[in-house]
Amino acid sequence: MKSGLFAAAAAALVFGAVTTAQAGPTLDAVKGRGFVQCGVNAGLPGFGNPDSAGNWTGLDVDYCRAVATALFNDPTKVKFTPLSAQQRFPAIQSGEVDLLSRNTTVTLTRDTSVGLNFAPVTYYDGQGFMVNKKLGVKSAKELNGATVCVQSGTTTELNLADYFRTNNMSYNPVVIESNDEVNAAFFAGRCDVLTTDASGLAGTRAGVAPVPDDYVILPEIISKEPLAPAVRHGDDQWLDIVTWVVYASIQAEESGINSKNVDEFLNTKNPEIQRLLGVSPGMGKALGLDEKWAYNVIKKVGNYGEIFDRNVGPKTPLKLERGLNALWTNGGLQYAMPVR
Amino acid sequence: MTENVHTGSIPDERPPANTVGPIAWLRNNLFNSWYNALLTILIIYGLARAIPPLLDWLIFHANAIGTTPQECRANGGACWTFVSEKLRFILFGTFPYEQQWRPLVTIAIIIALVLISCDRRFWKPWLGLAWVAGIAAVAILMWGGVFGLSYVENTLWGGLPLTLMLSVIGLSVAFPASILLALGRRSQLPAIRVVSVTYIELIRGVPLISLLFMASVMFPLFLPTGVNIDKLLRAQIAFIMFAAAYMAEAIRGGLQAIPKGQYEAADALGLNYWQGMRKIILPQALAISIPPLVNTFISFFKDTSLVIIIGLYDLLGTAKAALSDPAWRGFYREAYLFIGVIYWVFCFSMSKYSQKLERDLRRGHRR
Repeated sequence: MKSGLFAAAAAALVFGAVTTAQAGPTLDAVKGRGFVQCGVNAGLPGFGNPDSAGNWTGLDVDYCRAVATALFNDPTKVKFTPLSAQQRFPAIQSGEVDLLSRNTTVTLTRDTSVGLNFAPVTYYDGQGFMVNKKLGVKSAKELNGATVCVQSGTTTELNLADYFRTNNMSYNPVVIESNDEVNAAFFAGRCDVLTTDASGLAGTRAGVAPVPDDYVILPEIISKEPLAPAVRHGDDQWLDIVTWVVYASIQAEESGINSKNVDEFLNTKNPEIQRLLGVSPGMGKALGLDEKWAYNVIKKVGNYGEIFDRNVGPKTPLKLERGLNALWTNGGLQYAMPVR
Repeated sequence: MTENVHTGSIPDERPPANTVGPIAWLRNNLFNSWYNALLTILIIYGLARAIPPLLDWLIFHANAIGTTPQECRANGGACWTFVSEKLRFILFGTFPYEQQWRPLVTIAIIIALVLISCDRRFWKPWLGLAWVAGIAAVAILMWGGVFGLSYVENTLWGGLPLTLMLSVIGLSVAFPASILLALGRRSQLPAIRVVSVTYIELIRGVPLISLLFMASVMFPLFLPTGVNIDKLLRAQIAFIMFAAAYMAEAIRGGLQAIPKGQYEAADALGLNYWQGMRKIILPQALAISIPPLVNTFISFFKDTSLVIIIGLYDLLGTAKAALSDPAWRGFYREAYLFIGVIYWVFCFSMSKYSQKLERDLRRGHRR
């Protein structure tokens, strides 16, 4: 009852704030302050985590740096606020952070009643299954009667139940609260199957499994988890900036531009690339930014492929394949809208 | 007749082997009844099963400092490289790396202040000044911005200094507040009594975690967009409010244990309310309240780890974040064991000191 009341009060306040916030204050506030306030995960390997020296790294973190670079031509002009899952929405609603780049799944309710506006998806994820090779299982359809290790209180748990019910199969859940303990239980042989987001499974296999080759990730993906940066309702210009920073990084990869060769492209005859890099002006002005905004992002943070490879790609301990996150030209879903 | 009387001394006999010595001790303490014998055997069996693998993991099969995570995983023993690699992050969080001597000195100052406050010889007026100076030094070291130190904002603080500051500053502010609340609850003035009772019952009636959520999640929604009260300060205030309510109840227990005659004696001597409290009632009441107070101190010190849910990196938070480094995943046993030892050292010293203090203060009326 009490929490219901609080939620109602919170919702009333949020909507009040949303209706009163008028166009364009975020960019001015950020410029006046001199840095972007970015909400990130307090510790998700490859997406937002501090390294041994306390520097923030990760794919979500790099998109915070990219937005800062587009504004200030300096990837260090950003302050990171580590947020828990419960905190993240109040933090963006109250203006504590300007940008929420914290592995947040795009959903209808978040886009509407939670009051978020989503930039393009930076990572397409989905829930999958991992099993021991010894079981000889090739497909999730063969998992009838299996014991499944799953983390409690997550949508993962609900998706699992839905999937087995839809396919008329039974399973024995081993529900554990902490992610570490779920993994430990699985590798100790307490259950046949481990389920979580596919990126998490790959990371766990590469990073936690005693012998990674003993485990296989099944091909079925049973849910859609598109992860995207988000901003508050009510500031279209700020949403445009974040949106086009993401698109610029994807377009750069598609055009073959990366942080090493971007200077060579300044002399290009290709009008599309001229517009992107600000050689022919107009795009920056439309966004309210410097004409070099995309050039700076590519030069100092990199294109989408570089960001991916640096944080979660095959050469990192997480060893994730591009999969759905490949460019559309390579059979993936990453598709940038034209910069013109 | 005389031959029946023994003269001289009888030579000493050894007592029977089963009444003294180790065998007797075992019989009397471990095997004195069939169920105790059964329990002893079960416990010995359990220990024999648990201890060798534990020692094996901790020491004999442990990986020396310097091995790579891959070697650690393949070998299977404890990976102490993880702790050495992540030591500075776990202790100091995201504080700028080159500047980490500053939180280190902060830890030393706080521990030194607490230690000198523990010795009754130093309970003099200058101790208060030492605390003010110490806290000022800590603020200068942590924030910087003066004397050539670079400015470090408090969102970057973390690890052990954060845990110590939250608990030490929290407890030292909450303690005087709790005395006032406890006195207020027993006051003759209805307004003061009602306010104190309402405050204590309200705060004690909600879990700490919900107070922290209120402070960190709800509170900003009531402020206009862009106005921010520091997150750390909000958490610190929530802690102080919580600790004050709990300690007030511990002290009220002490106050109630003081016989009425003591209050009357204070009145008879012509002392006013505050004099009587300060010179007669509180010294006795606080001495009686030491065990419950220390209990609150210890649980409060550990409760600071709850700030992890509002995104502050205390000691537990930094250990968890250290585990999220893609290269060093899965070494949670080492991480939790390491910070467990740190917590234990602090809590155990608090408990030992309180026992000593209890003995010292109760010298007059030992029962």
